[in-house]
Amino acid sequence: MSLITVTSPHTTGQRNHTGAFMRQVIYATIPGVAVLTWLFGWGTLFNLIIAVPAALIAEAAVLKARGRDVRFALSDWSAVLTAVLLAIAIPPTSPWWLIVIGIVAAIVVAKQLYGGLGMNPFNPAMVGYVVLLISFPLEMTRWIAPHEAPSWFDSFRMVLASANVDAITGATPLDSLRTWAGNAEQLASQPILHGSFAGAGWEWVNLAFLLGGIYLLARKIISWHIPVGMLAGMALIALPFWLADDVRYASPLFHLFSGAAMFGAFFIATDPVSAATSRYGRLIYGALIGVLVWVIRSNGGYPDAVAFAVLLMNMAAPTIDYYTQPRSYGHRKAKRGASR
Amino acid sequence: MNASIGKPRPLFDFHGGIHPPQNKELSNQRPIRQAPLPEQLILPLNMHLGAPAKAIVQVGDTVLKGEKIAEAQGAVSLPVHAPTSGKIVAIGPRPIQHPSGLDAPCIVLEPDGKDLWCELHPLPDWQTCCPPSALVARLREAGIAGMGGAGFPAAIKLSPKPEHKIDQLIINAVECEPYITADDVLMRERAEQIIGGIEILRHILKPKEAIVGIEDNKPEAIEAMRRAATGTGIEIAVVPTKYPSGGEKQLIYMLTGKEVPSGGIPAQIGVVCHNTGTTLAIYRAIVYGEPLVSRITTLTGKALAEAGNFEVLIGTPVASLLKAAGADMDKIGRLVMGGPMMGFTLHSTAIPVVKTSNCILAATEQELPAPATEQPCIRCGSCADVCPADLLPQQLYWYAKNQDLERAQQYNLMDCIECGACAYVCPSHIPLVQYYRFAKGEVRNALQEQQKADRARVRFEARQQRLADEQAEKEARRKARLQGSKASAAPGVDMAALKAASLQASAAYKAAVKALKAAEVDGRDQLAALTSEVEQLKAKADAAKAAVRDAGNAPAAPVVDVAALKAASLAASAEYKAAVKAMKAAEAAGEDVSALRSAADALKAKADAAKAAVRDAGPAIQTAAPSSASAAVPEKSDDTAQRAQKMKALKTAYNVSHKQFKEASAALERAERDGSDNLDELRKQVERFKLKSDKAKEALNLLVDQAKADIRASGSDLKSLKIEAAQTEAAARQKARELDAAKINGDDQRINVLTRELEALKREAEVAAGALKAAIDEQGLADS
Repeated sequence: MSLITVTSPHTTGQRNHTGAFMRQVIYATIPGVAVLTWLFGWGTLFNLIIAVPAALIAEAAVLKARGRDVRFALSDWSAVLTAVLLAIAIPPTSPWWLIVIGIVAAIVVAKQLYGGLGMNPFNPAMVGYVVLLISFPLEMTRWIAPHEAPSWFDSFRMVLASANVDAITGATPLDSLRTWAGNAEQLASQPILHGSFAGAGWEWVNLAFLLGGIYLLARKIISWHIPVGMLAGMALIALPFWLADDVRYASPLFHLFSGAAMFGAFFIATDPVSAATSRYGRLIYGALIGVLVWVIRSNGGYPDAVAFAVLLMNMAAPTIDYYTQPRSYGHRKAKRGASR
Repeated sequence: MNASIGKPRPLFDFHGGIHPPQNKELSNQRPIRQAPLPEQLILPLNMHLGAPAKAIVQVGDTVLKGEKIAEAQGAVSLPVHAPTSGKIVAIGPRPIQHPSGLDAPCIVLEPDGKDLWCELHPLPDWQTCCPPSALVARLREAGIAGMGGAGFPAAIKLSPKPEHKIDQLIINAVECEPYITADDVLMRERAEQIIGGIEILRHILKPKEAIVGIEDNKPEAIEAMRRAATGTGIEIAVVPTKYPSGGEKQLIYMLTGKEVPSGGIPAQIGVVCHNTGTTLAIYRAIVYGEPLVSRITTLTGKALAEAGNFEVLIGTPVASLLKAAGADMDKIGRLVMGGPMMGFTLHSTAIPVVKTSNCILAATEQELPAPATEQPCIRCGSCADVCPADLLPQQLYWYAKNQDLERAQQYNLMDCIECGACAYVCPSHIPLVQYYRFAKGEVRNALQEQQKADRARVRFEARQQRLADEQAEKEARRKARLQGSKASAAPGVDMAALKAASLQASAAYKAAVKALKAAEVDGRDQLAALTSEVEQLKAKADAAKAAVRDAGNAPAAPVVDVAALKAASLAASAEYKAAVKAMKAAEAAGEDVSALRSAADALKAKADAAKAAVRDAGPAIQTAAPSSASAAVPEKSDDTAQRAQKMKALKTAYNVSHKQFKEASAALERAERDGSDNLDELRKQVERFKLKSDKAKEALNLLVDQAKADIRASGSDLKSLKIEAAQTEAAARQKARELDAAKINGDDQRINVLTRELEALKREAEVAAGALKAAIDEQGLADS
């Protein structure tokens, strides 16, 4: 009998492991990836096949350079998750080098240079996305028209950057809205804007990610505060403008089921490392992301805005946490802000 | 359902909490068994929270069961009783359950196997026989500590301050930790005695309600308690199973919706909380007169073949219990005293069961595996979701790790109850509680260091001041002597000029005093500088006066009339003393004393001048005397007398300033309590007075030391040494009493201060005793 001396608690929960958390999030993207593949072809899967190994290699290289235990650090699955999120976010027509550049920006710059998992102030996948969006605007906005999916061979050639992609690309609902906002005639004649209940095709993408998000909520992998805050913020600000001028502004339902709304709400904004942590803080954080997304979509220079909104709010997260401490037991009031 | 219960009490749900596997069925399937008598019982002197007890037996003594073998020291302390009859075989350090694995003083008892009780004094008619306070005193003498948690003396919780009106008496029978079933089986088997104990507590505290809180995973215990409580008006409240609902603060909130204020005690919100086992011990202590010598302890874990609950004599080594429970020693991977959430690992099986040991968990390696490697925090917030104190554990972890103690306290670090729920759910396997314990310890250390540094600063400043004063005095005397010799050398000194100089100097001194006073009133910072300036000016003025006097005396009378001078000096000092007295009286009456003070100061200056004159005149005569050898003796005795006088003056000064300091401190405390605005000013005032009194004290001590040295050198005056020793010891005892009082109130800061003061006094007493002994030895007297 050898007695060890450790401090309490002596027991921990069953299922809780950082790697398990990350894997759950990855599993929850399956419905969304399936719908993307159904609508736009094999491109998303090719993105994933390139992004995941690239991320693991990039992470391992930096970990080795930093003198860390590579195997142990890779076992947290965080690099894989970042790769999956970035691969889903970029268009299915992307060439391989675009993906690799995005991964390097996400893993090496946004994450490891700040100290690795848990230390990054910005969401790595969104940093990678924004780097690509600003550097390669053409490649990053080439989406295929829904249900016009190319064959797997064509997709493969796109990845190798040897296919003529422009032939099959088409505007997304958000693109069309940006182009024709204020023009009632054009808006009415764009089939892409009139899907079953929101933009054509994209309403199913968003529905699938909503499904995955509900799974995450049910498994208690994420808390409801950020997604609910973000979707509510987006809908609440869209509503009065749409009521006042429905030619210029899209409906809340359209916003909720267009672009990366659901993906952003459940998979991007909920990245715990770069988000606010207190309950009220998360609500505020989510709501402000929602508002920013609407503002940029309606008035900004880019059709979608989840990445910008999330990065902007990443900057605000520490301040939000600062002012949203919960009222602890035995205290009459919650503490607000710093000690004087 | 019980008719007396009425409709069920509304329950309040606290934030967070977890549901770890219960594992209670391992140990609650069998009735309570009697643990075998071990070869030795090891009784730590500190089984409770507070000061350790003091052994009152010697090695070799035979004792009966229930006989007191160590007595309480101070108010927050408890006696220890012999758990069985036998012989005391050792008193010394033994391994105990200590977080750092340190040994602690214990009494070791070898049982004689007869288990003979000493004479007991039962009080079956407790309702009528004596007042509640007598019952409380009885419970203290019975050594009853809280048996569920920290081991706080039960009697103290039963003597709430008069301003704390107790509304609810809560009996904590929740037992929310996994594995532990001691209270569960206790309630199943001895519900009547527990209810009897609650009746005694109700008699003592007179609460409006008495509520027993039990988790809903103990249906048999609930049933038994309901049956026993029928018709008593005691409410049995069933709370949902959730860890840590048995935490005192959480249970109070669940049952009453009231929160114990941060840093406060339940009595402040009208609640007193006791554990089930404690309640039973209280019943037995009153109705049977039995002190606390045994308890129910759960022996559980998958390394035991015969897990269950045992009635264990306090002091039984864990090894003996493990044997009784059929432990497979090779399978034990971790030995925990307490539960898996908050228990402490044991480093040895020789460690005894104490009054707070509710469970011994002998777990296999698979049951409680070694902790996994820590991964980075991803701020997932799982910890914040389960924190029952509603803290932000992930932020606390961050600040604790970076030793940013200020921030950690800002995030309410000190409200952490160390329940371990955060570490239980952490996906990165971060030992969060360990970080919080470390940070809390650092905060406490920092506080103590701060206090120490403050005291050192005051001491240093006082020393600097004293040295400067001495220097100035010396300088003044030298100048006076120089001028005196000049005056005697040249009888035709310009008296008028000297007088003018003297007047000017005294005017400057008075102005400086005025400035100082104004500064004191304003609470300005540069007081020390002003004080030293005043002192210098005073020395100058004195010197000038002395010069005038010398010049006046020199031509007329080369031999000064010492007797006359002495008489004048005595008269002056008498006047001064009277003025001080008057000032004190005025102060006591709360009148404005500034005028009186200045008068007193003026008189003091006069008296000092007169004294100086006597001093100056003394050597003059002696030098004038024909034999310089014979003059040395009177000078010495004169010196002693002077010192005595100075000592007296210093003592008065010290007493006055110390009293002022005390009053100022009290005022500050009052102000702090009332949350007044002028705290800084008051604090400054306190510091000023403290400085003053320290200065006086230090000067006094110096003189006392000198005197002592002289006495030692002369080998005389045993009587004064004896008095000195007795006085310091009395002072130390007085301080100890104060400390105990402070401990009852739980005022940490005050306890720290008092502890240090007590230490200082104890040292002083030691020094005095040593001096006395040395003197006795020197004189070869076998006096005690």
